[in-house]
Amino acid sequence: MGSFLDSINLAFIIAAAVKIVFFSFMVILPMVAYSVYAERRVSAIIQDRVGPNRTGIPLTLFGGKKDIALAGLIQPLADGLKFFLKEDFTPAHVKKFYYWLAPALVMVPAMMTAAVVPFGSELDLGWLAKLGVEGAWLHKPIKLVIADLNVGPLYIFAIASLGVYGIVLAGWSSNSKYPFLGGVRSTSQMISYEIALGLSIIPVLMIFGDLNLSKIAQYQDKNGWLLLPLWGEGLTFKRLVLWIPIFISFIIFVVAMFAETNRAPFDLPECETELVAGYHTEYSSMKFALFFMGEYAAMIIGSGLAVTLFLGGWSIPFGAPLGLGYVEGATPIWLGLLHIGCFLAKVVCFIIFFIWVRWTLPRFRYDQLMKLGWLVMFELALANVILTAALIVWLPN
Amino acid sequence: MLENYLPVLMQMLMAAGFAGVTLLASVLAGKSAKRNKMKDSAYECGMLPLGEAQPRFSVKFYIVAMLFVLFDIEVVFMYPWAVIFKDYVAVFGAAIFWWMLSFVGILLVAFLYAWRKKALDWSS
Repeated sequence: MGSFLDSINLAFIIAAAVKIVFFSFMVILPMVAYSVYAERRVSAIIQDRVGPNRTGIPLTLFGGKKDIALAGLIQPLADGLKFFLKEDFTPAHVKKFYYWLAPALVMVPAMMTAAVVPFGSELDLGWLAKLGVEGAWLHKPIKLVIADLNVGPLYIFAIASLGVYGIVLAGWSSNSKYPFLGGVRSTSQMISYEIALGLSIIPVLMIFGDLNLSKIAQYQDKNGWLLLPLWGEGLTFKRLVLWIPIFISFIIFVVAMFAETNRAPFDLPECETELVAGYHTEYSSMKFALFFMGEYAAMIIGSGLAVTLFLGGWSIPFGAPLGLGYVEGATPIWLGLLHIGCFLAKVVCFIIFFIWVRWTLPRFRYDQLMKLGWLVMFELALANVILTAALIVWLPN
Repeated sequence: MLENYLPVLMQMLMAAGFAGVTLLASVLAGKSAKRNKMKDSAYECGMLPLGEAQPRFSVKFYIVAMLFVLFDIEVVFMYPWAVIFKDYVAVFGAAIFWWMLSFVGILLVAFLYAWRKKALDWSS
């Protein structure tokens, strides 16, 4: 214990706290809020409606003549405020303790998984020394990942599975028919697709030989993204052939992720036409909002994981040949910031894809969903693992 | 090595704090209205609640849960194998491939049995 405490210094704790606050409150939560807004606007465009386009700066409240609309960009803030001001109602028929615990149990794991996703390469703070700031911590670039664990994807799957408890408890503690059925269905769906999700990244791990997400991103920065292996070693025959199982992996991963986050076309737990709102039918105000935010946060972290594993994480396309790659300890601050921007841009593209799919595809039937999960995705993922292993063993370099 | 997990703990405290504070704030800031019997009843599309609140449900959900435990453990077993796979093959050859194939083969028999017993058939 003594050596454990010695190895932690204050700068490490402060850096971790700053990263947690930055990534959770300045990246994830605003992204959650604005993906809800994007969802409403994009669905409106797809369905030829207008969508929320009015909520802006309410100048009329302060005696102005006209409000500034800003294309509805303030809508998420107004929604959030409304959630806080709504009546916090706990119906008499629920099991109170678990009813209150469930929304937190959905939100907390979703936010915790953010800890291992690298959202940038490094941030060099050496220039602060010129401004007169002093300290030894300035000379060591800050790694832009909250916790640099050696078990990245395993940690994410372990924690993300805990979200099932929130849903099951919500369904059970509501003591009402629709939430109960929604909860049971959702649990069954999530555990079914978790197997395919876990299996789908095994080919990726075989190629990297590492579970550390920062190292995986660095490797891709140097040698080309897994789905775009065009620089570094270049497009050798082996990489060209290995691209096929990787692409299958990617498809399985994305489909399983849609099912895990309960998004359309797999949104059966909250399928309005059958179950009203599924497991959160009896919830209102902020408790409902936590379910909602948890779902979007899980979607964002899932996108982040997909981007990190398959699409190079924070790395810039053709970054290394263009001189925009990551060099350990010598990445200038502007490049560090560019890497963060690149990561966020990729995640945003993924979320737009999520929304696009939701408003394009119809919902599955429950037996089709289970059949797809157990008889197609599971088999395909398993065959893909064997195929990748065989290719790695017997393919000439 | 262990100190890498400290930020995880901090992140957990932050997430729990965030959830707790938002729930509390909503209690404090939200309006409270009078309760009445109708408002307290379970939601069933406006009808009076009928029968048991928690109906019996299909045993298939239990079967899926059991199968999940089995096959998810299989997946977890494959992780360390996948991580060392490339290095191991480079040094010792393809034996590691056959070992895992036999392991997967045994589980595949169990899977086929479950399939034949219609444990995975939801359409009936």
